[in-house]
Amino acid sequence: MAGLSKPMANPVAEAARTRSPGRLALERFRRDRIAVAAGVYVVLVLLASVLAPLICRVLGIDTERHIGLLSLTNLGFPDGRLGGMSWDHPLGIEPKTGRDLLALLLYGSRTSLIIAFGATLVSVALGILFGLWAGYFGGWVDTVISRSTEVLMAFPVLLFSIALLAVLGNLDRVGFLAGNSLRTAILIFVIGFFSFPYTARLMRSQVLSLRTREFVAAARVMGSSNRRILRRELLPNLTGPIIVVTSLSIPATVLAEAGLSFLGVGIAPPATSWGQLLGAASRTFVVDPAYMLFPGLSMVATVLAFNLLGDGIRDAFDPKSRS
Amino acid sequence: MSLLEVRDLRKTFVRGHGRRRRVVNAVDGVSFEVGAGETLGLVGESGCGKSTTAGMVVRLIEPTSGQISFAGTELAGRSERSLRPLRRELQMVFQDPQSSLNPRQTVGTILSAPFQIQGVQPDGGVLPEVRRLLERVGLNPEHYNRYPHQFSGGQRQRIGIARAIALRPKLVVCDEPVSALDVSVQAQVLNLLAGLQQEYGMAYLFVAHDLAVVRHLSDRVVVMYLGRVVEQAEREELYRSPAHPYTQALMAAVPRPRVPEQRKKVLLRGDAAADGPAGGCPFRPRCPRYATELGAADQSRCTQEAPELVPLSPRQSAACHFV
Repeated sequence: MAGLSKPMANPVAEAARTRSPGRLALERFRRDRIAVAAGVYVVLVLLASVLAPLICRVLGIDTERHIGLLSLTNLGFPDGRLGGMSWDHPLGIEPKTGRDLLALLLYGSRTSLIIAFGATLVSVALGILFGLWAGYFGGWVDTVISRSTEVLMAFPVLLFSIALLAVLGNLDRVGFLAGNSLRTAILIFVIGFFSFPYTARLMRSQVLSLRTREFVAAARVMGSSNRRILRRELLPNLTGPIIVVTSLSIPATVLAEAGLSFLGVGIAPPATSWGQLLGAASRTFVVDPAYMLFPGLSMVATVLAFNLLGDGIRDAFDPKSRS
Repeated sequence: MSLLEVRDLRKTFVRGHGRRRRVVNAVDGVSFEVGAGETLGLVGESGCGKSTTAGMVVRLIEPTSGQISFAGTELAGRSERSLRPLRRELQMVFQDPQSSLNPRQTVGTILSAPFQIQGVQPDGGVLPEVRRLLERVGLNPEHYNRYPHQFSGGQRQRIGIARAIALRPKLVVCDEPVSALDVSVQAQVLNLLAGLQQEYGMAYLFVAHDLAVVRHLSDRVVVMYLGRVVEQAEREELYRSPAHPYTQALMAAVPRPRVPEQRKKVLLRGDAAADGPAGGCPFRPRCPRYATELGAADQSRCTQEAPELVPLSPRQSAACHFV
């Protein structure tokens, strides 16, 4: 009898609620605890990065040099244990310059994340545009776009980026961009440009299956322009894949930026990013392992969180993909 | 003058290149007329070109050659832009209500699209008109903010019909509008189409593979086989005395509650090979008359000479040498 007295969901009320496909995905996402935890972590990282100046002021740290904390007898490495950890400098200080490592990490996350979001925006925007065109128009448009993206994918991207950035890195000023902001912009466009073919291919394959659906034919019979069909009929059906691609592209871009900065063609000191810190730390790793540990941990944790979040979003939009 | 006049319409699909090039005549010289307010049934088995013909009439498919004159205007060869105003008068109901409604749009969005695209402002605004349309096709007018997946197949087809009649077109091309529906729902949708025709005086070009379905609505019927018209007749004539052996076979395949004594059993073997025999009557390989009733001299006529559509009476014509 206990089972009968249980409150039951009213099926009529359930059916009467209007639930869009996006809303259903959100409901599935909320049941995925790992993805929600990853999402919370990502939000915290974003907040820390946005509020970096405030956090630094509250903790009483800054990115100024503290030469006095460096050992004169030990080739400029920090005095004390664990890279000079102290109450004033919770994660220690940078060798040779004496800058606070926590402050550097916070400010570095800004550069890393700006590049991650910027490059992802570039790559997803280009990918959607060319993917839509290739899939919808087909014919020679598709041939030109698909062959070009294939050439791009066959490119030795890393070598090319290094060469390109080495050349562009010598520029002092382009328009209003100079110094570190110029390097950031260049990194955004180089990384974004070389990763858009993957998005374009995914979008193209989605559009290929969508455009044979009769609602596209119905729009054409009503007299829709191609522009309207692309924007109003096809694009809304791509929100799932677009969100998934975006959320998986961000961690990949964080790593790409780190790689290029590590190799010395990305962000250069005194500006900083996680990759730049890792690159600098790799040269002093044996003497001062703490310097590498914290940037490395920050990056690994953030990339992992973004990936888990992306997986969660993908599963939420396509329940069948879950293994 | 008829509302729609189709003359010698042809569609050739080319597969492969070079030596493996194959040409398929999907529609091979089809002519018919639809008068204002009239219903023309277009019948044939899968692959006979009836859907291709319907697609060409609304210019979803580009004809290879032939004329399509609608309300005195030639459609074939017109640019999409110059077709747009004509599309208000020429609408289509699709076969699969599952795919003919955009899953990302609410019913309200779907039904207001014709007004937006054609720049028509109905008296009293779009939303009241959308509700009125929903009510007219037998749906709850308050459900305009629901998504297609919240409706059953029959309800979805009603939405597709509401979209087609939104702008009061003169001709609605119905491409197998009930073949994806349960038998119990088919009759309701057919009755809805008949009621709308009475109310608004539209003409229908009604494509079906099922003579029983066509019988309900059609004033005249065109029977197609392998891209050609094999018989064309007023409904009464066709159902009383089908002339072409193919039509007779289709008639025999219609399930009936009571089997009349004199009903001739005609069984077709095999299926329509899309390439057909080279030269002569395309129906010859499956024709019971050719196989059993004709002598060798008559048979050679079938193998050498393709029959033209010839009038048997003012109300009936057939393409067979021996009717």
